[in-house]
Amino acid sequence: MAAQPSDTLATLKTESETLKTKLEEERAKLHDVELHQVAEKTEALGQFVMKTRRTLKGHGNKVLCLDWCKDKRRIVSSSQDGKVIVWDAFTTNKEHAVTMPCTWVMACAYAPSGCAVACGGLDNKCSVYPLSLDKNENLAAKKKSVAMHTNYLSACCFTNSDMQILTSSGDGTCALWDVESGQMLQSFHGHAADVLCLDLAPSETGNTFVSGGCDKKSCVWDMRTGQCVQSFETHESDINSVRYYPSGDAFASGSDDATCRLYDLRADREVAIYSKESIIFGASSVDFSLSGRLLFGGYNDYTINVWDVLKGTRVSILFGHENRVSTLRVSPDGTAFCSGSWDHTLRIWA
Amino acid sequence: MAQPSSCAQSSNGVADESPNMLVYRKMEDIIARMQDEKNGIPIRTVKSFLSKIPSVFSGSDIVQWMQKNLNIEDQVEALHLGTLMAAHGYFFPISDHVLTLKEDGTFYRFQTPYFWPSNCWEPENTDYAVYLCKRTMQNKARLELADYEAESLARLQRAFARKWEFIFMQAEAQAKVDKKRDKIERKILDSQERAFWDVHRPVPGCVNTTEADIKKSSRMKQPHKTRKIQHCQEQLDRHRLKMSKVAESLLSFAEQYLEYDPFFTTPEPSNPWISDDVTSWELEACKEAGQQRVKRWAFCFDEVMKDPVGREQFLKFLESEFSSENLRFWLAVQELKKRPIREVPTRVQEIWEEFLAPGAPSAINVDSRSYDKTTQNIKDPGRYAFQDAQEHIYKLMKSDSYSRFIRSSAYQELLQAKKKKSKNLF
Repeated sequence: MAAQPSDTLATLKTESETLKTKLEEERAKLHDVELHQVAEKTEALGQFVMKTRRTLKGHGNKVLCLDWCKDKRRIVSSSQDGKVIVWDAFTTNKEHAVTMPCTWVMACAYAPSGCAVACGGLDNKCSVYPLSLDKNENLAAKKKSVAMHTNYLSACCFTNSDMQILTSSGDGTCALWDVESGQMLQSFHGHAADVLCLDLAPSETGNTFVSGGCDKKSCVWDMRTGQCVQSFETHESDINSVRYYPSGDAFASGSDDATCRLYDLRADREVAIYSKESIIFGASSVDFSLSGRLLFGGYNDYTINVWDVLKGTRVSILFGHENRVSTLRVSPDGTAFCSGSWDHTLRIWA
Repeated sequence: MAQPSSCAQSSNGVADESPNMLVYRKMEDIIARMQDEKNGIPIRTVKSFLSKIPSVFSGSDIVQWMQKNLNIEDQVEALHLGTLMAAHGYFFPISDHVLTLKEDGTFYRFQTPYFWPSNCWEPENTDYAVYLCKRTMQNKARLELADYEAESLARLQRAFARKWEFIFMQAEAQAKVDKKRDKIERKILDSQERAFWDVHRPVPGCVNTTEADIKKSSRMKQPHKTRKIQHCQEQLDRHRLKMSKVAESLLSFAEQYLEYDPFFTTPEPSNPWISDDVTSWELEACKEAGQQRVKRWAFCFDEVMKDPVGREQFLKFLESEFSSENLRFWLAVQELKKRPIREVPTRVQEIWEEFLAPGAPSAINVDSRSYDKTTQNIKDPGRYAFQDAQEHIYKLMKSDSYSRFIRSSAYQELLQAKKKKSKNLF
């Protein structure tokens, strides 16, 4: 008698569920203590004075993404109106501006050399613009199309050189591209829905990155083989942002379920949840302070919450933006962080 | 008015939720608690001049309730969350188009579930035109159009000039129905309808809370299946560390780097963003590494390799031990991975010749397994041709040369050096 397709599907589903349960059991075996319990012996953090030190005004619509330059003071930001602006955040001067042919430029990144920026969004592409010292030069003319996806570009970042870009897309995949030729070097399949964010591991020897998506999953990938080497599924909604802990042994994620969570790669599990009854809006963007002790989260309720990573408590809540905080990055030397918002502005906090 | 729209069912029967739905549900849970007869906010009818104000509560009632029932210590936070709930239209000030929460005697009213944002109404401009038109027909001071509404009405009249008669008729019909209602009921419904439009056609300058993130609106309708079984099986055999060990590691890392974290330890001489003085950046950029920076190199091997000055010093040390080819090989392979793909085959050959080929001028010592693998790899040269060899050399440097470097007199001298000559910059 021929096997019915529904039998096979049901069997596979059961097998999948059983394996999942087994995996959770294995993970739970080593769960001998909670992070915040061990952190009780650490001194509690005092009050922080964090204020807006600069406000960058110039975008005509929602700011969607930002990235710092390695020089610790320049920033590139992109907006819903198609504009990509390069700022000297220290002086608040705009140094370059490019108008993309599409609206909703959801991703932008600064090249390690500081000589180029990458951006993309609803055009499904990632393009690289070299930054000219000549202010009169038309940047748009030198544009180079690098990545091609079949849905919107949600995030992009250069690997350790100007020559390679890592992208994530609404088409459910991530990919690594050779900038010069536009060739795809590696693709990463495994998410079951849109991939919304990614972050490169900070190690010098690192060949991994983490991604988060609408399937509520975060995945750690081997850049060399394209394989997903670890994955976590504890969030209750879309994962909007992922960021590595500075040691590279853990990463944090921010989600529409209004929580941020910390996952440790060695323990292979979620080790902390950062949430409060009064925080009901999604976290759009997260980043760590240099020591990893603080986690900054930008939220859809216009605020920024500062968390004590080890103790799991909220240290501070920062008001100032007049609409959703959509993007947040700590500067390369940790002296400040920048937040971008749907209120058209960027703010530098220190 | 048009029927609620976009909460359609997708083909597999799962409700296709609007991106904001999760938050709407949470706010509605809070509203339900606020409306609870026993533990909710007391709603009352207030006598005012010659009339009554039905079904209201004050701003301070809301704030107090929130602080008590939602575990909010700070009043500012309660006000902020309350303002957001008002901005989404779940309760509203009865005498203001601007939807905020004030901690005083201002009166607020709950919105009727019919008008909740979770119903995903996406009202058209024609609906708004009918509404504004109806308002002008009703002869009540409290229904007079605000300036921005009058401007909107004028714009809509121009835009819909051809079908204005139809719009007018609809407005008339609605006005007729409204007249038949009980006076008190009318007061309440009118205010709720106005609050609905304050959400969907906000006062200029106010946030439109119905805006959605386009990424969420254009999400894939058919999520695809993934190879879960294989992945899970591979994961089962992973070597995991105990939580206690992991927690200690996270704690000690944070502690070690606390003195380098500008949010905890002010950089020398100051944080540029706070003082407007860029001296600390200039000091970072100069070739002489200060004591604090040199101290970091002893934390772990990665710290030396991350810092260009650290690498330089480490190279010098290796030269003194006649093993600099290891680091130079490692650096060359790192560089190889950063080159455009076009240059890779040539570079691979060059690296092979320099470091690994028989008779290589800077011969490195790798284990036979890595050597054999590399020999195979260079026949079809890719960016990872030297991966095994590179990993082997890294381990060697880390376990062997690195510890000697940290104990070396050269390093110790750098560590002891006082912060010198920074004044020479000027």
